[in-house]
Amino acid sequence: MANFDQELDASGLNCPLPILRAKKTLGGMESGQVLRVIATDPGSVKDFDAFAKQTGNELMESGEEGGKFVFLIKKA
Amino acid sequence: MSDEKKLAIIATKGTLDWAYPPLILASTAAALGYETQIFYTFYGLQCLKKKLDLKVSPLGNPGMPMPMGMDKWFPVLGTAIPGMEAVMTMMMKNKMKAKGVASVEDLRDLCVESEVRMVACQMTVDLFDMNPSDFIDGVEFGGAATFFEFAGDADICLYI
Repeated sequence: MANFDQELDASGLNCPLPILRAKKTLGGMESGQVLRVIATDPGSVKDFDAFAKQTGNELMESGEEGGKFVFLIKKA
Repeated sequence: MSDEKKLAIIATKGTLDWAYPPLILASTAAALGYETQIFYTFYGLQCLKKKLDLKVSPLGNPGMPMPMGMDKWFPVLGTAIPGMEAVMTMMMKNKMKAKGVASVEDLRDLCVESEVRMVACQMTVDLFDMNPSDFIDGVEFGGAATFFEFAGDADICLYI
């Protein structure tokens, strides 16, 4: 797993909270920095893909780790 | 600002369940960079009150799953029993909390934070003798023309 600058644990949260929290966290980060998001909402897999496509932030990785979903997002 | 996408929503319903769709879509749209406005009218105005007292009713709602499969065998008239609404509302809130679904209050706060504009329909505020001071701060007041001013060049327009 690549390096990241900040981590957001959205475990237990349901739609649309993981996306909203991620957006807020990215807002406080610098361009080029990487955010790691952990989520348990199965809908978040498609949602983070869609979020990245629409906001221009790059979804570097999207996978599963220990039964949780993990995303690496690089701020545009 | 002008190349931002726009989402316009008309929210007409004032029950706990139906308070969600406008707020979920508005908060998410804001996170995706949409400029967003919700026009609250008729029963939807309940969603703008500082002190929310939203309920969900099993009455006349055959699509509502109920505990112990009650939606299958419990007589429809039974859902009109006093207290039924309060019980179902409590159960729904508990279930939402257990499943990590945000409360209406939290979602609304997130919308306000992300600059979703909320407009209360002046006509229905007057019709229902509602007090604007009962509404959360930042609510604007306007009529149909106010709605079209924004919705006229919105990319998405929803009636909920």
